[in-house]
Amino acid sequence: MQRIISAIKRYHLGPLIGLVILIFILSFATAKFFTFGNLRNVALQISVNALIAVGMTFVILTAGIDLSVGSTLALSAAIAAQLMVGHINPWLAGGAALFVGGLAGALNGVFVAYAGLAPFIVTLGTMTLFRGLTEIYTNGMPIFNLPRAFAGFGTGTFLAIPIPVWVMALVFAAAWVVLYRTTAGRRVYAIGGNERVAFLAGVPVKRYLVGVYVVSGILASLAGIILASRLGSAEPTAGVGYELDAITAVVLGGTSLMGGEGTLIGTLIGALILGTIDNGLNLLNVNSFYQDAVKGLIILAAIMLDRKKSAGR
Amino acid sequence: MAQLEMKGISKAFSGVKVLQGVDFQVGSGEVVALLGENGAGKSTLMKILTGVYQADEGQISIDGEARVLRTIRDAQDLGIGMIYQELNLFSNLSVAENFLIGREGKFKTLGFVNYPLLYEKVSATMESLNLNRNPKERLSDLSVGEQQLVEIGKSLQQEVRFLIMDEPTSALSKGETDRLFEIVHALKAKGVGIIYISHRLEELFRVADRVTVLRDGRFIATVPTEETTERELVSLMVGRDIAERYPHEQSSPGESILRAEKLKTLAIRDVSLEIKGGEIVGLGGLMGSGRTEVARALSGIDSLQSGRIVMEGRILHLRSPASAIRSGIVLVTEDRKNEGLLLPFTIRENLALPTLSQRSRLGFIRRQAEGMNAQEWVGKLRIKTHSVEQATENLSGGNQQKVVIGKWLACKPKLLILDEPTRGIDVGAKQEIYQLMNRLKLEGRAVLMISSDLPELLGMSDRVYVMHEGTIQGELQGREMQQEAFMRLATGGEV
Repeated sequence: MQRIISAIKRYHLGPLIGLVILIFILSFATAKFFTFGNLRNVALQISVNALIAVGMTFVILTAGIDLSVGSTLALSAAIAAQLMVGHINPWLAGGAALFVGGLAGALNGVFVAYAGLAPFIVTLGTMTLFRGLTEIYTNGMPIFNLPRAFAGFGTGTFLAIPIPVWVMALVFAAAWVVLYRTTAGRRVYAIGGNERVAFLAGVPVKRYLVGVYVVSGILASLAGIILASRLGSAEPTAGVGYELDAITAVVLGGTSLMGGEGTLIGTLIGALILGTIDNGLNLLNVNSFYQDAVKGLIILAAIMLDRKKSAGR
Repeated sequence: MAQLEMKGISKAFSGVKVLQGVDFQVGSGEVVALLGENGAGKSTLMKILTGVYQADEGQISIDGEARVLRTIRDAQDLGIGMIYQELNLFSNLSVAENFLIGREGKFKTLGFVNYPLLYEKVSATMESLNLNRNPKERLSDLSVGEQQLVEIGKSLQQEVRFLIMDEPTSALSKGETDRLFEIVHALKAKGVGIIYISHRLEELFRVADRVTVLRDGRFIATVPTEETTERELVSLMVGRDIAERYPHEQSSPGESILRAEKLKTLAIRDVSLEIKGGEIVGLGGLMGSGRTEVARALSGIDSLQSGRIVMEGRILHLRSPASAIRSGIVLVTEDRKNEGLLLPFTIRENLALPTLSQRSRLGFIRRQAEGMNAQEWVGKLRIKTHSVEQATENLSGGNQQKVVIGKWLACKPKLLILDEPTRGIDVGAKQEIYQLMNRLKLEGRAVLMISSDLPELLGMSDRVYVMHEGTIQGELQGREMQQEAFMRLATGGEV
């Protein structure tokens, strides 16, 4: 128990307090906030961003960044949708989309690991590339008329909890196990801590770097499938700006952009903070023009709360 | 005469006492060396003097007047300056701009930097330090020694009365060290009081008037340099008499472990050597002679252009450190902070890094096995820590080095390559590393040791290869292992 407390103190004090304060304020400010229905809604709303943010956490832990996730999301959704419109089994179509997502990530990873290019530049390039491919593939038009069975994936519930929330929970649990219980996870941290030390200790650094971008691509793709399923269509412009939401969630969760430091639980808290802010501002009927400004301020405040401790070192 | 006095200084961090009633004095025009093993409390004492930390007890007085130093600024205002071991300079700016930063106010005309004035002042300062470079040059173009002089010049600009120098010669060549000592003497003549911290005992006899020794956070003694010996200082420092500085053990070498035949990489050529089980082989040479590069070739970091490495009769094809580790060759690099340790990570995590797959099942880390590994090496190497969960960045240099060595010994290597294994660590930790090398030798393992510390290299090795300009110039064994013979080979001559 004490170890848990000290871990909370060391890593997620700021974000966690921020989240609790937010929930506390909103619970008093509006009666609708702290109800099962609304909290379920918040969880559903964050699921897409949270999935991308899990992949982003892997990448950022290695001191990288993946700006292409929004485009990967759109590309995979379009491919899944097109296949389903062509009467391919939704499971197969989804599998194909995930494969493409993994391939997109592998491309990023190869450029970063084997060509030695800066992750920011590589994924900035592929972000535009993947978006362009999506537009070519869809001819710039949304794809409608997806099978009804597919819509059930994004809109259905299991034990009163939306299926995307289950998916999110499963992905978090699996990612947690990988990061904290396996040699792979430890090596991801080691690479971010000091790539040179990891290489000299025999860690196959390049393969792991490709690996984290593949994870990021697959999870972006999964997020794309969920999004298409919820909307009932795949839009070529889906996911624009999602990379920034994911990065925000990761950073809010206390993960260092320099790599090697940060936690998955922090990322979950970060995604929850973002979702709670959006939800709360809507419930409070804040003019949508003001929403972004307020959101920005709250994010800055939350990060300040977290940085206070490290500044004192 | 001004006098700086620290009396009864105590300081504890989260309950652990790092300083207990320490007394220290330095007068103007005097050089006092502060000596102690890593962790003895030297840096904490100096951080209290420079206002970084506040003492829990005790007082600081200057000229008999009690002073309270709450901030770094307070210390600066009283004329206390410090030159840190790690340079705090901007390598991307010019020499002159390095002087400018922090003192912009003095070189400002209507809000613009008055560069002519800056260059004039900086030139004058550089001249007084005998630093013959152009102030407009980029700092990164200067040698480390010259950069050190820039650092000294910066502190001189702010009228220091007391100057702390923390291991100022650790990165300097011999010529640069001589120049530094001239400057120390000049400062002394100008009436500056100097606190000199160094692990190199022979230096203290050249610069210091008195030596104050700390051990385990306590004041042990202050002795005039003229009345003491290296041996006495060492025993004051470690609290016992160290009989032999280099405890060499006789042993009979066994079978050949590794043979390198005509290795050629980008940096070395025609390097052939052999290491047997149960021997410590030294690899020496001047800086840049290719010593480290041989180690890199043997441990799979640099790829071979030609030549071959034979291990116990089998030819090795090393493509990466990973393949060298699998073959039983490990390298303790000279740069433990950037190549040896994941500093913010725990001792446990660092000790397990190269052997992680041995401590896992189906990719899952067996936490118990990992913990036992950590306990084992902390115990065997006597790593001083209260817990294996401590981050390695909080350990002293000697203990950090032990963690690095421990993580490699956990691989059960047949050949251990040590590159500068005792650099920057204190006498006590050095002795422990020597003992450890001897233990490995008696267990029948092969050790290849690279060191710039010539007495250490000749004292600990059974035989020594000497390098010159990327190749092996010769080998010394037995009675030939003398400094003169070594230097002849290292400079390209014959034995």
